[in-house]
Amino acid sequence: MNNRLETKLSDIVLQNPVIPASGTFGFGKEMSELYDLNMLGGISFKGTTRDARYGNQLPRIAECGGYGMINAVGLQNPGVEHVIANELPDLAAKYAGVIIANVSGFSIDDYQYSCAALDKQESVKILEVNISCPNVHNGGMAFGTSPEAAAEVTRAVKAVTQKPVYMKLSPNVTDIVAIAKSCEEAGADGLCLINTVLGMRIDLRRRKPVIANRYGGYSGPGIFPLALRMVNQVAHATHLPIIGCGGITTAEDVIEMMMAGASAIEVGAANLVNPMVCPQIVADLPRVMDELKIEQLSDIIGIV
Amino acid sequence: MIQDTNWKILSNEALTEYVWQMRLAGDTTGMHPGQFVEISLPGLFLRRPISICDSSDGVLTIVYKVVGKGTLAMTNLMLGQELKILAPLGNGYDLDAAGDAPLLVGGGVGVPPMYMLAKTLREKGKHVNVILGFNTASEVFYAEKFQALGCQVTITTADGTMGVQGFVTNALPDKISYFYACGPLPMLRALCSATEADGEMSFEERMGCGFGVCMGCSIQTKNGNKRVCKDGPVFKKGEVNE
Repeated sequence: MNNRLETKLSDIVLQNPVIPASGTFGFGKEMSELYDLNMLGGISFKGTTRDARYGNQLPRIAECGGYGMINAVGLQNPGVEHVIANELPDLAAKYAGVIIANVSGFSIDDYQYSCAALDKQESVKILEVNISCPNVHNGGMAFGTSPEAAAEVTRAVKAVTQKPVYMKLSPNVTDIVAIAKSCEEAGADGLCLINTVLGMRIDLRRRKPVIANRYGGYSGPGIFPLALRMVNQVAHATHLPIIGCGGITTAEDVIEMMMAGASAIEVGAANLVNPMVCPQIVADLPRVMDELKIEQLSDIIGIV
Repeated sequence: MIQDTNWKILSNEALTEYVWQMRLAGDTTGMHPGQFVEISLPGLFLRRPISICDSSDGVLTIVYKVVGKGTLAMTNLMLGQELKILAPLGNGYDLDAAGDAPLLVGGGVGVPPMYMLAKTLREKGKHVNVILGFNTASEVFYAEKFQALGCQVTITTADGTMGVQGFVTNALPDKISYFYACGPLPMLRALCSATEADGEMSFEERMGCGFGVCMGCSIQTKNGNKRVCKDGPVFKKGEVNE
């Protein structure tokens, strides 16, 4: 019997389209205590940089009513060597599906260094190159807000890896289509969008920003319509496979995002408030597909 | 094992002007003193982390201070209403470290987690000294509950309207085998320097997830970066950089 939920990213088969987004899942250790990770289509692990980073000062988190949250963690991670020696083998031992390495950097050299190191790891199937982190200075999003810089990172990374390279794009731009096309021309194998939306909350009593970093990345259900629109625009403008990300909380959201043009999807903020959300979505998808008379999930990719 | 289950509100009442107590019915299996729960509230995205004040025989007691939208929303919840709660979370207190004369120190809304700890240590037959620090007499709560457990209770108030005038450090007993503390950072700092005894303290931070995946509450310690939610909230004296 064929798997109704199966989908593909480049030539890589995913048993279902549900991938926890980088930064909301660590390296899978904590979640593996709650459920069997093998029910996930893929796992995008915590954003990894060349050197270990503590990240930003606290507070790093702000509530945004029922619509979502702001984070400014600032890419806290143990560094690529540590990840390769410790976190990645642990994850690979627990999870046989598609491991996506999320990489961030502060210079072209940084990106090349980390991607070259991860390219040698058999358990890594896709490199997701984050040029969109809004929470670090002199890096991250700076590369994702100009078509030229985005293309430069894409070319540099493609030169050091055989693995499919997916560029993770920022919504904090005037024209995301121009950046997506620039990545495509520079040789990207796919795209992941959107990262968080730059936002802010103010503590009224203290008259100060809630977040120590002042601004942070807004995520959660409130950004779903924005993410959907951008995925749809990019899907119509490029030929690249897209991982759709931004505010997905339910199986219906997954189907909507795939209709908009995504071949797979990432669940981010929802993991933090309901650690069981990914397995719940996977379990719920066949029911929603029946309701909507969808035989095979891959049939609806980009139909809108 | 962390579980996300429904709990039914049995009671929800004010203890003082800003401090409320809620009792909920659900599965209390595996809850340990010093751990906390994450409560899902209508109209809010993030769950609210609240320390476990007491848990036994399917009844969880939490005591919370109204400090923002989340805790204000909690005061409006009705009896019989169900809440989704992720629990138990965090490491909790190390009971084996207590020694023969443990001291428990709670400052303000840091008092609640000391209750289940005191109860558990009393059940182990320990002689338990408790210091409860408040700003003023009208803010005092739970003193009689600690007394009912058979603890030696001292109250301090900053303005002297009840008990010893001053701070918790003005009321330290002569013999302390080990201390457990929860309260504002200045209190924890003062306590650490006022006694030679070893001890441990629970910390509070704004959290994202509460179970260690988002790095929202990561602090720097002598033993590297630690997540308050997963590696804590309880840390040993001297471990946390101040």
